[in-house]
Amino acid sequence: MQGKRVYMDNAASTRMDEKVLEAMEPYLFEKYSVATSEFGHSMGIEAKEGLEEARKSIAKRLGAAPGEMIFTSGSAESSNLAIKGVMEANKGHLIVSDIEDFAVLHTARTLEKAGYEVSYLPVDEEGFVDPDELVDTIRDDTVLVSIQHANQEIGTIQDISALAGICDEAEVLFHTDATHTFTRVPLDVEKIPVDLVTLSAHTIHGPKGIGALYVREGTPLKKQMEGGFQEFDMRGGLENIPGAVGFSKAVELVAEDENRRLKELRDMIIDRVQEEIPDTTLNGSREQRLPQNANITFHYVEGESITLHLDMRGIAVSTGSACFSRSLEASHVIMGIGGDHERAHGSVRFSLGRFNTEEEVNYVVDNIKEVVKRLREISPLGKE
Amino acid sequence: MGMPYSEKVIEYFKNPKNVGKIEDADGKAKEGSPACGDMVQVYIKVDKETQTITDIKFESYGCASNIATGSIITEMAKGKTIEEAKQITWQDAADELGGLPPVKAHCSVLAIDGLRAAIQNYEEKHGLLKDQKPTTVEIVEDRLKRVMNPMTGLDVIKTDLIHDISVEDGVVTIYVDLDEDHQFANAIKEDIKEKIEPLWDVQRVEVHFGE
Ligand SMILES: Cc1ncc(COP(=O)(O)O)c(C=O)c1O
Repeated sequence: MQGKRVYMDNAASTRMDEKVLEAMEPYLFEKYSVATSEFGHSMGIEAKEGLEEARKSIAKRLGAAPGEMIFTSGSAESSNLAIKGVMEANKGHLIVSDIEDFAVLHTARTLEKAGYEVSYLPVDEEGFVDPDELVDTIRDDTVLVSIQHANQEIGTIQDISALAGICDEAEVLFHTDATHTFTRVPLDVEKIPVDLVTLSAHTIHGPKGIGALYVREGTPLKKQMEGGFQEFDMRGGLENIPGAVGFSKAVELVAEDENRRLKELRDMIIDRVQEEIPDTTLNGSREQRLPQNANITFHYVEGESITLHLDMRGIAVSTGSACFSRSLEASHVIMGIGGDHERAHGSVRFSLGRFNTEEEVNYVVDNIKEVVKRLREISPLGKE
Repeated sequence: MGMPYSEKVIEYFKNPKNVGKIEDADGKAKEGSPACGDMVQVYIKVDKETQTITDIKFESYGCASNIATGSIITEMAKGKTIEEAKQITWQDAADELGGLPPVKAHCSVLAIDGLRAAIQNYEEKHGLLKDQKPTTVEIVEDRLKRVMNPMTGLDVIKTDLIHDISVEDGVVTIYVDLDEDHQFANAIKEDIKEKIEPLWDVQRVEVHFGE
């Protein structure tokens, strides 16, 4: 198997689709102009058309109007803009869940340090926010609730319709980070009363460095990035038109049967591991789960050792182990679902994408089986 | 940026030596815990005449540097007298391995602690230990030299991270010169507790942060 490479870290980022590059190319080498108004030069108008077409098609996938879609540099910026933008425009109380991505969690902490009051909602052992708990946490001065659509590590999909409905009734704004669900799990802002949605391109085989924030019309928002009047005067700076066009193409390329295929591959991983490897725990919900995510704790062994062994066999996955992370902290998500450190340290996330095959899934499971067995042989744990 | 580990670390990680248990060990010890993400267990057989380590084995739950260090120290200690083996330091092991990443110092220093603790366990069982001394600020300070500052790979004493230490009625209080929100605050706190709590007369360890 020398030279074989299997990438199953698609939640971190994906390989860009060639078709996305093809769509972008004209906007890099021919229509590279700054976008201008219809009173500008022809090349500027052409570039502007590309940008607006992309905006329209991405908005449509979400059930939104083009004027409600702000392009950003990615999910982190979108969530920063959503949360700081709303809180600074309104002042008051903010609610976020405990297992958000750092783009949300650290933004909340920064606001807390600046004097805002923030409540952190715990989640249950599968990673779900309890809607009743949200009801109890909302106060008269609550301005915004930010709860992710699905979790980046354990793949649990929240009951977004219930959570958004509660906020709508309480007249509180609702933001959701849909980095991992956009095009993979249905979300229609015409049907679900979410006010702000964070979107990203590089998690769906689009280019890096482009994302978007859906902002429901009429939502008060304070601009965070000063510059020109771009993006409805909500985000200064030259538009990333090749990125936007690539993002739009990436969205167009995700089809329902692809999501079904990913779900099958995911279930193969989970089923084979559960049948063939003793002492494992599936992290997150079995049912309400991202089609592209499997996250499993292999007890009695440490995650960095697993990922390093797999890396030497050409396999890229990630772990919630502290030793793997830059912060030397165990995953806040696994700890958030009530897992202990050992469960976090031994957790491995397999995240799938368009280019993974059934053969790769089998290769990965065969190898993890071997690696876990070897590491357990040298582990002092689990032998009594 | 390539692999953070030397070839030798990877080799020992892939094929660790002296792995396993010694059922009738003369000394054994466990350091670390699954909670910290790293744990080693060391077993030794000692020749009573010569006080030489005749056999040594280890088990590891941990990352690559933990496994590799566990393996190398068993090789380094085998055939040495217990007094010689006690002198093996983290730096010796790191040098032998062709270097270890400083941020992983915590994981690898555990193996050294495990070896020393196994020797101590042997000495206790065979009446070789002098009377147990009550814990003092100096003893605490000495132990803190085994707590790494992940920012530098040097210990917290050498890097002036410890602002004050007090020992009173079995309660050890340690003041760390670091913001409570610092990314390494929690890791350092866990590490300090892990090193100080086992002292025989210590009931509680309190770690306070603040610049
Ligand atoms: C749920 C979620 N939100 C936001 C982000 C931040 O995305 P980016 O760094 O692409 O802006 C990530 C990144 O992994 C994520 O998983």
